[in-house]
Amino acid sequence: MSVATNLMALLRGEVQADRIVPRTGQTARLTLAVSAAMAFLAVFALALSLASGQLADRWSAALAQSATIRLSAADDQIEIQTRAILTVLSQTPGVTEARAMSDDEQRALLEPWFGPDLPVGDLPVPRLIEIIEDETGFDAAGLRQRLAAEAPGAVLDDHTRWRRPLVAAADRLRMLGWLSLSLILGATAAMITLAAQAALASNVQVLRVMRLVGAQDSYIARAFVRRFTHRALTGAAIGAALGMLAIALMPRAAQEGAFLTGLGFQGLDWLWPLTIPPLAAVTAFWATRIAAFRTLKGLR
Amino acid sequence: MIDMQDAAYGYGAEPILSDMTLRLAPGSFHFLTGPSGSGKTTFLKLCYGELLATQGSVTVFGQDTATLDRNAIARSRQRIGVVHQDCAFLDHLPIAENIALPLTVSGRDGGASDANMRELIAWVGLSARAAAHPPELSGGERQRAALARAIIMDPDLILADEPTGNVDWEMSLRLLQLLCELNRLGKTIVIATHDLALIRAAKAQVQARVLRIADGKLSAAGANL
Repeated sequence: MSVATNLMALLRGEVQADRIVPRTGQTARLTLAVSAAMAFLAVFALALSLASGQLADRWSAALAQSATIRLSAADDQIEIQTRAILTVLSQTPGVTEARAMSDDEQRALLEPWFGPDLPVGDLPVPRLIEIIEDETGFDAAGLRQRLAAEAPGAVLDDHTRWRRPLVAAADRLRMLGWLSLSLILGATAAMITLAAQAALASNVQVLRVMRLVGAQDSYIARAFVRRFTHRALTGAAIGAALGMLAIALMPRAAQEGAFLTGLGFQGLDWLWPLTIPPLAAVTAFWATRIAAFRTLKGLR
Repeated sequence: MIDMQDAAYGYGAEPILSDMTLRLAPGSFHFLTGPSGSGKTTFLKLCYGELLATQGSVTVFGQDTATLDRNAIARSRQRIGVVHQDCAFLDHLPIAENIALPLTVSGRDGGASDANMRELIAWVGLSARAAAHPPELSGGERQRAALARAIIMDPDLILADEPTGNVDWEMSLRLLQLLCELNRLGKTIVIATHDLALIRAAKAQVQARVLRIADGKLSAAGANL
């Protein structure tokens, strides 16, 4: 019998077949509880993955589309080289906007470190030129060569050295989230396999009698698989619902708030946790099926 | 129906059964006799594929049991009715559902509610006990229920392992009568028993052949039983 036929029979249900296998309260409760707990944890792992993914994208996008040129030069060269730089930038493909920051803007940037009365004009503070890129970006190596020729005191900072570790950290966090999900799924499969094996072991006499009266392995396995799949689906649905509720009740913070307060789902992301119960059911289906066929192999 | 060629079975170096060559024709009635532990149950298990011959071959319905896959074995068991010595019931199900088990697992509609099923339960005299669970039944009732389950699929071959082992003489005769009726309907019957009185009683009703297992060898017993 094909897997599709088995699945249809599983969904349709067979009252008689279900009755043949005696109810085992302990394994039923264990499967239900494990599925619920794992689904609850899976919702958080999923939220972590999605949040860190969004964070990585946000950091990447925010830093990737801007760059800064720092110009250090003698006083009489500052304005000349600034104009030269702006001319170069206006001719550089991928640059949407370029402007030299005013003294007030630079003072505002330095204020957190040096206080509000900083005399920018009296200090050898480099001139900053802000660059806004379009989506395609500019050729940083080519721009550096041109700047070296036109404005020897200019240093291009395309934020790569800042962006890379941040994005790498967020990506690592996202990977850990997915790894956690995989481990949760694996642990769920292992626990359900153990529960199924315990149920099968305590029902060896039932399996033997069913074989003796002509039951095929797929029929016997289906009676167990159906029961464990239902339990895993029900437990995971409860756990996922509780997990989603917990996420929904987490306190919110402003955009500049800490990362953890931004842990959650946004928009269509709320559909992701809904995939956990079917995934748990599929895991239970295969775990029980494999355990059942392995046990049946020992009976002729 | 069953064809054994030099079949043997054993766990270690010493075989339990050896050099078994025999052919059971359709519609025949056989008793299998011998002392306790002589291998009668093993012989029956070889016939319905629970055990495989360690030497030689056992062919049932034209198919060597050693070459059958698990699904084919299950299908062949739907054509063989077995009355097990321990009855092999599912204690959590009412006896009617136990009797209907072969129908249920083969996917045939009706199960325990089918009219034929009710008729069969009446035939073995268990109508009043249909809702009872196996542990609530007496030895004789369990044996009759086991017989009913063995024949519910209208099998071509019925194997009974000490079907009268736990019942009184009156019940033994009643069970024997049921088996003789089935034989008259064309079923092949093999009964493992060490009850010689039962064999004599059967010979008065049907033409039965007696096989004897002793010292691991199968032989035809004399007609003087």
